Amino acid sequence: MDLTQIQGVHVLFLAFAALAVVAAFNIILQRNPIYSAIGLIVVLCSLAVLFLMLYAPFIAAIQIIVYAGAIMVLFVFVIMLLNVRAEDAITDRLKYLKFIAPVFFLLLVGQIAFFVSRVQNPPPPAKIPGSVESIAEGMFTSYVVPFEAASVLILMAIVGSMLLAKREKEEDIVRIEQALAEAQAGEPVIEESNEEAHA
Amino acid sequence: MESLLNSIDFQYIIGALVKTAIFWIFIMLVVAYMVYAERRVLAVIQNRLGPNRVGWQGLLQPFADLIKFIFKEDIVPLSVNKALYMMAPVIVLVPAMMVLILYPFGPSNVPIPLASTINWVVNWAGSLVGWDIGLNLTTMNLYITNFNVGLLYVFAMTSLGVYGIFIGGWASNSKYSLLGGLRSSAQMISYELSLSLSVIVILLIAGTLDLAKIVEQQSGWGGLRWNIFGGNGHWAMIPAAVIGFIVYLVSAIAETNRIPFDLPEAETELVAGFHTEYSSLKFALFFMAEYVNMTTVSVLATTLFLGGWQGPGVGSLPWLGPVYFLAKVFFFLFLYIWLRGTLPRFRYDQLMSFGWKVLLPTALFNIVFASVLAVLFL
Repeated sequence: MDLTQIQGVHVLFLAFAALAVVAAFNIILQRNPIYSAIGLIVVLCSLAVLFLMLYAPFIAAIQIIVYAGAIMVLFVFVIMLLNVRAEDAITDRLKYLKFIAPVFFLLLVGQIAFFVSRVQNPPPPAKIPGSVESIAEGMFTSYVVPFEAASVLILMAIVGSMLLAKREKEEDIVRIEQALAEAQAGEPVIEESNEEAHA
Repeated sequence: MESLLNSIDFQYIIGALVKTAIFWIFIMLVVAYMVYAERRVLAVIQNRLGPNRVGWQGLLQPFADLIKFIFKEDIVPLSVNKALYMMAPVIVLVPAMMVLILYPFGPSNVPIPLASTINWVVNWAGSLVGWDIGLNLTTMNLYITNFNVGLLYVFAMTSLGVYGIFIGGWASNSKYSLLGGLRSSAQMISYELSLSLSVIVILLIAGTLDLAKIVEQQSGWGGLRWNIFGGNGHWAMIPAAVIGFIVYLVSAIAETNRIPFDLPEAETELVAGFHTEYSSLKFALFFMAEYVNMTTVSVLATTLFLGGWQGPGVGSLPWLGPVYFLAKVFFFLFLYIWLRGTLPRFRYDQLMSFGWKVLLPTALFNIVFASVLAVLFL
């Protein structure tokens, strides 16, 4: 590359692309899940900057709001709630993945090589497609059926997860009913302790 | 490297840097005096005096506090996760500060007072070192920048702040901090939904996400055609705008972890929650971030619902714009203090059920309601 052709945009691109790659390696190399999650957040934020440079500010903002701001918050939330330690991570169950991973890796490399070899002069980014208006127009005219299908799919997933979370096991119901019956029979111990507390 | 230098508009960047510096210092002063005002107003509400010893009426108290924060011993507990513990206050403060570039203080193309003097001084200073600057300032925009997804940018940045809070809580390795961090993350995800959904009515009225344009559109009726009064659209939008405003206000208070939604840092049960283990300047950073966030949501409420810098007479006297703007922002900041002096804290389950069962359905209903009104009247 001719060094006199470098522009501010190139410097920004290289900086954030490098940050994304380093953070992506950080995700898989860290033992502690919370560091991996932070790596993923960094990847998502630097990708948002790359979107911004491709004249897609809406995609960039949505990338941060939805992925970094909502989905990753839930990830980190769960990691913190379960307090997963590095040594607790269970890898034995997923041993078979070791044999599948190289196949997928080769597939991915082949895919990237195929597309990179076909790209000659990357065209300058279009100025209109990233705007809010054009996305809204496309979403509610040409692509309204896929959009609605995706919404229904997500709704189904939400309802399904609610159902799974709300379902109680047989033994739990029995235990709750027993406890209720005992409470109705009037256990003196509980009432005494209550009175003590009030006194 | 010549092309690298040519590709950047240096005058624009230097202008933006100078403006950023001025606005930043201004907002820092607002934050510092907000703390002072909070202590004084709370004192009045609770029938006591408050800080009145440092300077006249205690007006130098913020600087005394700052010096105290800097010179206090910076204790890092032994069992914390050091890297994350150090990072957390920065993660909270930086996104909060990044929103600053979008604050619309006033109109664009305002004549600069003493412009000819500034030009002469800068050009003279340049000629001393043999550099022909040729500065010729006449007007300036009273905001640092604006872009077409400004509102989304604000939401994106405020949604990143939550990481600092619960990373700080987790890295402190203390039960109180962890509980505070968990509460705060749960609370902020819950109320962020209603916060973003409540402004959709404004987008329907204004038809843009650009904060500067949203304010410009509210210029009718001698600067009083604010979005809460139907804005650029039709007076029939008023009910939807008012519902949106109330939902916005409530979720904004919850989003900034203030009373009556200050569960993450409840002093009486969690010993200040996520920042229990922090001391000295790190604690000050958390503190500053909270006040900057309060300023941000007040600025957004002003910009989106109450006409930003619009008001009677701004058309002929553009420097009235910042005055109206700051008056409205300070009203919201006062509201925060007033609420703190008036309301008790929610219980945690009340907080959650209020957010998910009252506020979110109201916000969703309001979107449908506003859309129907927009189809009928706009």
